[in-house]
Amino acid sequence: MRNPRLLPLFATIAIFLLALLICFIQFPNMFSTRVLGNLLTDNAYLGIVAVGMTVVILSGGIDLSVGSVIAFSGVFIAVVLRDTGLHPMIVFAMLLAITTLFGAAMGGLIHALAMPAFIVTLAGMFLARGAAYMLSIDSVPIQHEFYGLLQSYIALPGRGRLTLIGFLMILVFIAGILIVHKTRFGTAVYAFGGGEATARLMGIRKGRVTVMIYAFSGLMAGLSGIVFSIYTGSGYSLATVGTELTAIAAVVIGGTLLTGGAGYMFGTFIGVLTMGLIQVYIVFDGTLSSWWTKIVIGLLVLAFILLQKALVRLARREETLLPA
Amino acid sequence: MLLTVKGLSKSFLGARALDAVDFDLAAGEVHALLGENGAGKSTLIKCLTGAYHRDAGEIALDDQPIDPRSTSQAQDLGIGTVYQEVNLLPNLTVAQNLTFGREPTRFGLVDARARTRMAREMIEGYGLDIDVNRDLSSYSVAIQQIVAIARAVSLSGKVLILDEPTASLDAREVEMLFKVVRDLRSRGLGIIFISHFLDQVFAISDRITVLRNGRKIITEKTAELDRVKLIEHMLGHALEHEVEAQMAAHADEQPVRPLAFSFRGIGRQGMIEPFDLDIHEGEVVGLAGLLGSGRTESAELLYGVRVALTGEARDANGPINIRNPRAAIAAGFGFAPEDRKTDGIVADLTIRENIVLALQASKGWMRPIPRAEQNRLADDYIRRLDIRTTGREKMIGELSGGNQQKVILARWLAMNPRFLILDEPTRGIDVGAHAEILRLIRELNAQGMSLLVISSELEELVAASDRIIVVRDRRHVAELTGADMTADTIVRAIAAPGTAKEATA
Repeated sequence: MRNPRLLPLFATIAIFLLALLICFIQFPNMFSTRVLGNLLTDNAYLGIVAVGMTVVILSGGIDLSVGSVIAFSGVFIAVVLRDTGLHPMIVFAMLLAITTLFGAAMGGLIHALAMPAFIVTLAGMFLARGAAYMLSIDSVPIQHEFYGLLQSYIALPGRGRLTLIGFLMILVFIAGILIVHKTRFGTAVYAFGGGEATARLMGIRKGRVTVMIYAFSGLMAGLSGIVFSIYTGSGYSLATVGTELTAIAAVVIGGTLLTGGAGYMFGTFIGVLTMGLIQVYIVFDGTLSSWWTKIVIGLLVLAFILLQKALVRLARREETLLPA
Repeated sequence: MLLTVKGLSKSFLGARALDAVDFDLAAGEVHALLGENGAGKSTLIKCLTGAYHRDAGEIALDDQPIDPRSTSQAQDLGIGTVYQEVNLLPNLTVAQNLTFGREPTRFGLVDARARTRMAREMIEGYGLDIDVNRDLSSYSVAIQQIVAIARAVSLSGKVLILDEPTASLDAREVEMLFKVVRDLRSRGLGIIFISHFLDQVFAISDRITVLRNGRKIITEKTAELDRVKLIEHMLGHALEHEVEAQMAAHADEQPVRPLAFSFRGIGRQGMIEPFDLDIHEGEVVGLAGLLGSGRTESAELLYGVRVALTGEARDANGPINIRNPRAAIAAGFGFAPEDRKTDGIVADLTIRENIVLALQASKGWMRPIPRAEQNRLADDYIRRLDIRTTGREKMIGELSGGNQQKVILARWLAMNPRFLILDEPTRGIDVGAHAEILRLIRELNAQGMSLLVISSELEELVAASDRIIVVRDRRHVAELTGADMTADTIVRAIAAPGTAKEATA
């Protein structure tokens, strides 16, 4: 193959198509604009946070804090809207500034202390979750009339609804694709994943790029938090526990190498949809426990790890066979 | 002069790495920088590229004093470097690598078409016919090396430092690289060339500077320097008699030794055609051939790194089954692989830990070797192999290449193997350490150990071996013994008719 790194992306797409086929054979009426619209809406927050996660993982890092940041965001928005007269847009701007700075601070620590991202973002995870509890331990409903506007949708033919947040996810993915594949920052991200020491020798400013990567992830987590608050209409500090791991799974099922340096943003999009589709299938089936979703996702992640490993093996074998 | 260095000094924790070194480089010149490991070559280079900051002395480029504080600053000033390990990113395309950090953009987004054009312009004139939009890793190391040079030249354009660029290239690829270097020289670049291969130094350089113990020994025109003199300068003493003594050992009547191992029809499709090999006790068998000819592959089959699909192995007690390295170790085999950095050392462990690694693994992790015993083993080998270190608890990654190689040898010697395979034991290590490793090989086999030595350095192979097997096109093609064993006959065996494939392989 011309580019063996495309293979995982093809595998991702093939699995998605296969899942579609299975759904179609079993539940032909699953294919409606309604299900499609819901697929986008229900997974909007996950998709957006997965965009940030893709960038982090491509760079060879990891961000465990995003689930907590989403929960913090929801609680922050709900509490500020409840206690002040600020317009939601202003609250959103404040929130995005906070989460971006939070991400940037983690990136700064990772760089300055030369600490593994795993540890620093683990600390961030507890910090953000704790901050959410500090604001409120109860579920706080959001009753601002502007939220009604945000929950609006465009009616699609056949009773489907393209919601604002579903549409926003698609926009974010397009932006993510441009950032990763079409900017200098994106090339730097891949370079980081390919070899940090080499990237530095090639003149990359490591500190700046690290801060940008985690700030971007923080921004995406904040945005995802806004979307989640629109989706649920409330803020709750116990929400989205483990979402960071779901996002990582989506990235891996999307064909991105967990050690960084190879992968595609579009693959993550398909990965998120695949996971959503499994959920829809289980809902349609009705008899299966929803925990089957987790089992299937677990198996898919395992399959992709094996596929990546096999590819690495294959590449190495080619090298040993054709050294010249 | 393009580049002038005067009285450059640099110390680390009180140890003088460079002591008032003078060096100069003219435009349109290839200036070789030679010296043993630890002579100060890399320190000098790192001072020039801004990786280190000098303690004293002056550096002037185009008669302007410069003071680079980082590699990118040195690059902007006009000093570019290409390192031994290709320092490009294998997971990016050639074009991405070439334009990295200054991609042409339109409306803030990278313009892929302009990038392709830019990359093509950059590699123009280097004789490369490659698709710049393919991954760098899909090309050979030689091509990657040339891409790295193209990048360095276009970024800096005055001084090009080549730090061991040929270490992992075969003869044909070296020629390809040299053509590029000569072109650049005629374009007026000043090139600093660092290599352990003296042949290459003589082939390419105009002048040679020798460093030893942080001091400059000589700078001389290459044409006016002969090899023996040069080695004497590098070592500070004559090496010749050492090699000669080893050569003389061959002349002795070789006693008939009992057979230790016999391999029949060992092979695996795509790696090496089935071959027979008998190893006698206390015998050194050399394996010669070009890079990629099947040398390493032979060793890997013998040691079970890859399983041989055909053939069988026997020792004095009957058949042995080498299905993996563990089984090979159990049968008394040892293997020091070619790529020391990735397959040999564990850089983050200490010398002691590296030495006891294989021994501990063979005992099983449930029966730890007592610390006192570990210390004794480590100290013993540090002394016997003359491993230069401040102590056994030093990280092996901090040692020089030659000393790392000795630690790996120690690891296998601690196992007390019957049959030891050494793949390129002297690659990337300095001339002095070469001689020591050779002497070690001789000592080992005097003790009855059998060895299989793979090396590209033919003279060395001749000096060390009792018998040499020549590998070509993944086949064992010749066996040389006694008086037939000369570098000349090996070269002829490698170059024998029917090797046209080699050139295109």
